[in-house]
Amino acid sequence: MIVIGEKISVMAKKVREALMNRDAKPIQDLAVAQANAGAHYIDVSIGPAEDDGPQLMDWAVKIVHEVVQKPICLDTTNVKAMEAGIKAHNNAWGLPIVNSTSNEPERFPMLELAGKYGTKVVALTLGKGGLPADAEDRCVIASEIMARGMEFGVPMENILLDPLILQIATMQNQALQSARAIRMFKDLNDPPMSTVVGLSNISNGAPKHVRHIINRYYLAMLIMEGLTHAIIDPLDKDMMDTAKTVEMIMGKTMYAHSYLEM
Amino acid sequence: MALVIPKESYSGKIYNVTLGTGAKAVTIGGASALPYLAFEGTFPNKPAVALEVTDIAPDDWPETVKKAVSGAASNPVQWAKFCQQNGADAVALRLIGTHPDQQNKSAEEAAKIAAEVAAAIDIPLIILGSGHVEKDTQVLQAAAAATRGKNCTIGKAVEENYKTIAAAVMANDHKLIAMSQLDVNLAKQLNILLSQMGFDKERIIMDPMSSALGYGLEYTYSVMERIRQAALLQNDPMMQTPVVCDIGANVWKVKETMAADAEVPEWGSLEDRALAWEAVTASAMITAGADMLIMRHPGAAAKTKELIAELMG
Repeated sequence: MIVIGEKISVMAKKVREALMNRDAKPIQDLAVAQANAGAHYIDVSIGPAEDDGPQLMDWAVKIVHEVVQKPICLDTTNVKAMEAGIKAHNNAWGLPIVNSTSNEPERFPMLELAGKYGTKVVALTLGKGGLPADAEDRCVIASEIMARGMEFGVPMENILLDPLILQIATMQNQALQSARAIRMFKDLNDPPMSTVVGLSNISNGAPKHVRHIINRYYLAMLIMEGLTHAIIDPLDKDMMDTAKTVEMIMGKTMYAHSYLEM
Repeated sequence: MALVIPKESYSGKIYNVTLGTGAKAVTIGGASALPYLAFEGTFPNKPAVALEVTDIAPDDWPETVKKAVSGAASNPVQWAKFCQQNGADAVALRLIGTHPDQQNKSAEEAAKIAAEVAAAIDIPLIILGSGHVEKDTQVLQAAAAATRGKNCTIGKAVEENYKTIAAAVMANDHKLIAMSQLDVNLAKQLNILLSQMGFDKERIIMDPMSSALGYGLEYTYSVMERIRQAALLQNDPMMQTPVVCDIGANVWKVKETMAADAEVPEWGSLEDRALAWEAVTASAMITAGADMLIMRHPGAAAKTKELIAELMG
């Protein structure tokens, strides 16, 4: 499973302040720590960044690439900032991921950018009609996004379908629907579609002491359904061990006594 | 509608490992697809065929193979030169005389022979212990130091003694053969352990433990298949080292390479049969992805090289 490290997020106070003050050090430290812990991509979330989005994303991408040779998952709702991030990205280490498009018209330009620059793109199965009711609903939305992707010249292998993980504390019945959608997404194309989740949303609103437990077990279930990418905290060793163990049990990696140390 | 041949795509690749020095250095590995599927990947290097030499006279070798090296076999240096003249890509010096049940030669004596052989040939030298876990640590340590600068291939390191041998190989800038007993998981584990002690995994050659045709060869074959699948399809960095098959020592121990014509007339001539037994064993290992073979009979080695040339053609 491909790990997208989630730590550089505007939601975290330390990161938000560093972004505002253009203080590179705390952001670079998080990038290095996540890369060393096994992240394949580094997510850089700057939020809407309405005032100076393009400049901020350009700066953030460049300072991360000063310290890690990993592609970046560009996380913003600001289209101009997204384009600036794509342009600043050093593709020698892999293509960036545009995070994200959806079936909402205001998010279509993100998909268009992915087509224009040949990047990967997270496609959230969220439509204009509110939250999807079940796995079938998610598939309908996914198909519409895929069709639009073809119009914009996005190869199917560049689309990462996101089944939209919802809070278990308030919408318990959705957890299995999202899991089931992952398996169904794969069948929408040959070769199978890639999938991604923002995992921690499952435990949003739950007390802190149960959050990591819910996250970890849910990740195991999603990998079993065929999940290919996850936006998670790679510094959470239990989480990384869970992913490695499930993949090993599934025969995706070869067992050795020290498999967790790999 | 035109027929489209389905192709597998591979995410991994076998490391290139260079053995020896100078113009006769040999590079093995580099495959980017399952063995010889040239329409799916590239095979930049042909498998190397090493001929075996022992530090003491090969008295326990069967007549057929002894005869093929006779005249040279009484002296390891002469014998190594004979192998080089007979088309070997490398010489594998097995220090069998150091085994306590053989002549129990000292590490110093063995190292001296290794250095002499290394100096006498241009092609790469492989230095093998006697297979005695404790004695090999001393012998291979001394041999590694005595051949410093020759980029030799030294082994075999096993789970019980890898630390000392790997340290000596690392300190003297050689390559290492890491052997596990017909077990992919233990093979991977040994490579992880070596990496964790700071040994560069791109200097390791894996020995999955060989056998002879008719005597469990299919187990080796399966293990090698599994190693290559993990290396290429699962992109497992610990399985991407080249593989060596030490077959001569197994082949020239079985009845088919020893039984006289009169004893089993229906088996045909011993001479042809024995040579074919080693060549056919080699061919199976080649098709399973072996990057290097250690063989005994120069005639069987020549046949194997013909096959390799055809496969690479």
